[in-house]
Amino acid sequence: MRFIIQQTLNALQLGSVYALIALGYTMVYGILRMINFAHGDIFMVSTYLGFFVASFLLGWALHLPMAVIFVLTLLLAMFGTSLLAVFIERVAYKPLRQAPRISAVITALGVGLFLENFTLATIGPEPRILPQVVPVINFNIGGVAVSSIQILILAISALVMFILDTIVRRTMTGMAMRAISFDKTVVPLMGIPVDRIISITFALGSSMAAVGGVLYGIAYMMDPYMGIRIGWWAFISAVVGGIGNIRGAMIGGYILGFVEIFVAAFLPSTYRDFVAFALLLLLLVFKPTGILGMPVVEQKV
Amino acid sequence: MNRRWWLPLILALLFLLSILLPHFGILNLYLQQVLMYVGINIILTISLNLVNGYMGEFSVGHAGFMAIGAYISSLLTVWVFPKSWGPFVFPLVLILGGLGAALAGLIVAFPSFKTRGDYLAIVTLAFNMIIKSVLENIEAIGGPRGFMGMSKLTNVAWVYVWVLITIFAIRNFVFSAYGRGILSIREDEVAAELVSVNTRQTKILAFVISSFFAGIAGGLFAHVLQFINPRSFTILKSTDVLVMVYLGGIGSIMGSILGASIYTILLELLRPLGVWRWVVGPLLLVILMVTRPRGIMGLREARWLLPAEEVQADAAVTS
Amino acid sequence: MFKKVALLLLVLVLVGAFVACAPPVPAEIKIGVNAELTGGIPVVGASCKNAAEMAVKEVNDAGGLEVGGRKYKVTLLIEDNEDKAESAAAAAQKLNTAGVLVHIGANASRNAIPASTVCEDAKLPMISPWSTNPKTTAGKKYVFRACFIDDFQGVVAAKFAINELKANTASVLYDVASEYNKGIAEIFKKTFEEAGKQVVAFETYTTGDKDFSAQLTKIRASGADVLFLPNYYSEVPLQVQQAHKLGYTDTIFGSDSWGNLELIDLCGADCEGLFFTTHYAPDIATPKAQKFIADYEAAYGKTPDDVAALTYDAFGLAFQAIQAAGKIDRQAVRDALASITKYEGVTGTMEFRGTGDPVKSAVIIQIKNGKFTYYTSAAP
Repeated sequence: MRFIIQQTLNALQLGSVYALIALGYTMVYGILRMINFAHGDIFMVSTYLGFFVASFLLGWALHLPMAVIFVLTLLLAMFGTSLLAVFIERVAYKPLRQAPRISAVITALGVGLFLENFTLATIGPEPRILPQVVPVINFNIGGVAVSSIQILILAISALVMFILDTIVRRTMTGMAMRAISFDKTVVPLMGIPVDRIISITFALGSSMAAVGGVLYGIAYMMDPYMGIRIGWWAFISAVVGGIGNIRGAMIGGYILGFVEIFVAAFLPSTYRDFVAFALLLLLLVFKPTGILGMPVVEQKV
Repeated sequence: MNRRWWLPLILALLFLLSILLPHFGILNLYLQQVLMYVGINIILTISLNLVNGYMGEFSVGHAGFMAIGAYISSLLTVWVFPKSWGPFVFPLVLILGGLGAALAGLIVAFPSFKTRGDYLAIVTLAFNMIIKSVLENIEAIGGPRGFMGMSKLTNVAWVYVWVLITIFAIRNFVFSAYGRGILSIREDEVAAELVSVNTRQTKILAFVISSFFAGIAGGLFAHVLQFINPRSFTILKSTDVLVMVYLGGIGSIMGSILGASIYTILLELLRPLGVWRWVVGPLLLVILMVTRPRGIMGLREARWLLPAEEVQADAAVTS
Repeated sequence: MFKKVALLLLVLVLVGAFVACAPPVPAEIKIGVNAELTGGIPVVGASCKNAAEMAVKEVNDAGGLEVGGRKYKVTLLIEDNEDKAESAAAAAQKLNTAGVLVHIGANASRNAIPASTVCEDAKLPMISPWSTNPKTTAGKKYVFRACFIDDFQGVVAAKFAINELKANTASVLYDVASEYNKGIAEIFKKTFEEAGKQVVAFETYTTGDKDFSAQLTKIRASGADVLFLPNYYSEVPLQVQQAHKLGYTDTIFGSDSWGNLELIDLCGADCEGLFFTTHYAPDIATPKAQKFIADYEAAYGKTPDDVAALTYDAFGLAFQAIQAAGKIDRQAVRDALASITKYEGVTGTMEFRGTGDPVKSAVIIQIKNGKFTYYTSAAP
């Protein structure tokens, strides 16, 4: 039992990160029907941004309280990452909006490769950890190990996901986003500024990734290629949840976290990838649109 | 006109060159190596273009099929046939590798085409990852250490021949009655269905053919390197092929030839840049895609690849 | 029509530019490096490149390499192999046609093996600094390495666990998709179990993973006496920290891939007191090794890792062999390499006994007060 509770905690921590990144995939897909393969690398950049902001704030010896530094790091990383994502959208994806949508996917692949290798060439290949902006305290509750970082990850993820969900469901902007994803041709006729809504979508999606990135930098480590694997797993999370659906992406993220941890926990860990992807295929055979996905209507893009 | 006779002539001449140039050392080993990579990439790109370009689906696991072809053909040349038979059984071995990949293609295709949309992408992605995981877990074929012991059976001439076979096969398939069914699926699946195209069956067939040639490319690849390991066939390899397809232009064999050649050669030329090579390369790709969103050829085809009646129709339209 | 012509021209120019790259006749000694500058393990490539540039600069600053009474300048050609097998083969072939005398690299076995096939066919002497897979050199005449092979290190680690750590049960966590980690892990398990001990948890992950909590929770539940982590220094800190977070308190030890001081930066206090097997200990290093470490730190602002030290030794071996050969000839250099009976390297004394694998001893290092300190030695 202790073992299972411990593994559940592990899975929740990993799932939170997947869920945060999956949101970016699903939001962009919802609005543009495009798989933004650069998203995993945007997540990577956000972690580096967090690293530089935190090092800067600590290095300046302003004697700010830890909590302030942490919040500033988080906010600045979110802001910087949003700017980057909006810039990428304007320069690399927007000119392709009328082109076959796959062209934008290839551009996204190119942007992703560029981000990875530019980081490698300029910052260097060595892995880095975020300076300690959160004190690490390990608790032992009845034989189950819980760390302060784990609690922080779970809490912050839940909070920002709740905020995002509220924005999408309760504000005019959110309504416009949902409207565009429902019908891209009619919505502009109703006076909705499509370009601005798309930018906001990219900004929101990438700031979710930035939250994930900073939390990830605290709990794990960063290197220029880290976005590849996490990006793919988060993308699959979005698909499992039903791509285009925001709550689906959150659920998908946690499911993937649970699959990854529990397969390794109860089967020989060698087979983890094999079993995880076989389960994914099985799910898709029975529920081809994912857990919360709408049935696909015949659509031309 | 009589443009039909010079084409085979040029192709035959090139074949002779592909034997003679390496034989007399006019083409150094490095250039030969790169030419072979170009050829293998052309095969991969054209075959993926069949699914992603002509049919308008989105498959992202091409390297998985390549892996199957590479492993089957290597196991055959190392374990089954005596080494001295190598050069004689090589075509057979490649075809068996291709058939293995085709079978895998059939298994993947069967459930994948039930629905439309991007779900083929996920299935092929998962397939690619599963193949890599399986290969890593089979200790008998080396696991993550890889498999070696093949002789260097692939040479420029063989690659050239297989490139020609691929071009010929895919071109004839695309312009056959069946193949036109594929094009109609891309343009409008419902309409295609209405004019009694069996869309599912057509899609599966195209996917199987595509997988077959990916397997052939894998076999050639294995016998250039004389060493294969699961890491050579990751999703990164698949995305390489994707880039070449869309760089060249979907629905165009000439586009695939150009896309694969330019991508492969450009990256070799950028070698002196060191770490910056993979910064400049993707940047060029992005610029090219933004300025030419439909790729280099973009649905157009070189005249020499079109059947005669298409050329006439084409001429009628443009004049 | 115009566009088609333009395109055709573009392709022709590309091909032409390509053919134009044909090498001029060398007037100096060319040494080629085939390294993983981009791709999965860029740290390895960077260290390899740094050490190579340093080794060549030292020789050139001293006026060049003296061969047969004449001084030659050494030119270094560095190719990136992207950590891809096919690119490693192409890079090796490019270096070969560029007329290098010795080929240094590639580092990871998955790249070194295809490169070794190319070098063997071209009768080009190759020294891999870091490839530990036996297949890289097996049955080849022209391929050498500067490191010891997986088997040796796995045995050393297992004996260390039994004799020094007094372990009766052990657990292992290793990267199943990486041949180096897998090789050592399996030899360790075999040796450990042959001694009548038990490996109670043998857990794996896949390259690129950053979360090991599932496996480590299992390892903790298994109650093993020791945890063996034959993984790269870039991953070890995460594994150690996560193990500690999950309440694991017993001894952890590893292999030569830990040998980078960044490990301590990344790991902090968590790695204090841990052990690993490696090639040399900085604190009892020979004067040659100490000079190397000091020069490297001065040049690049960081401590050399095992790849850097081994690359430097690969160059040392190459230089010694070229001088012993007395002429600029690949066959002569190969013969001289094969008959090296004593090479005093940064990573210890090496000798080739008929194969491409050097005979050299290992040391065991303990991390103490944030430093790598000598603990004990293990003979081959």
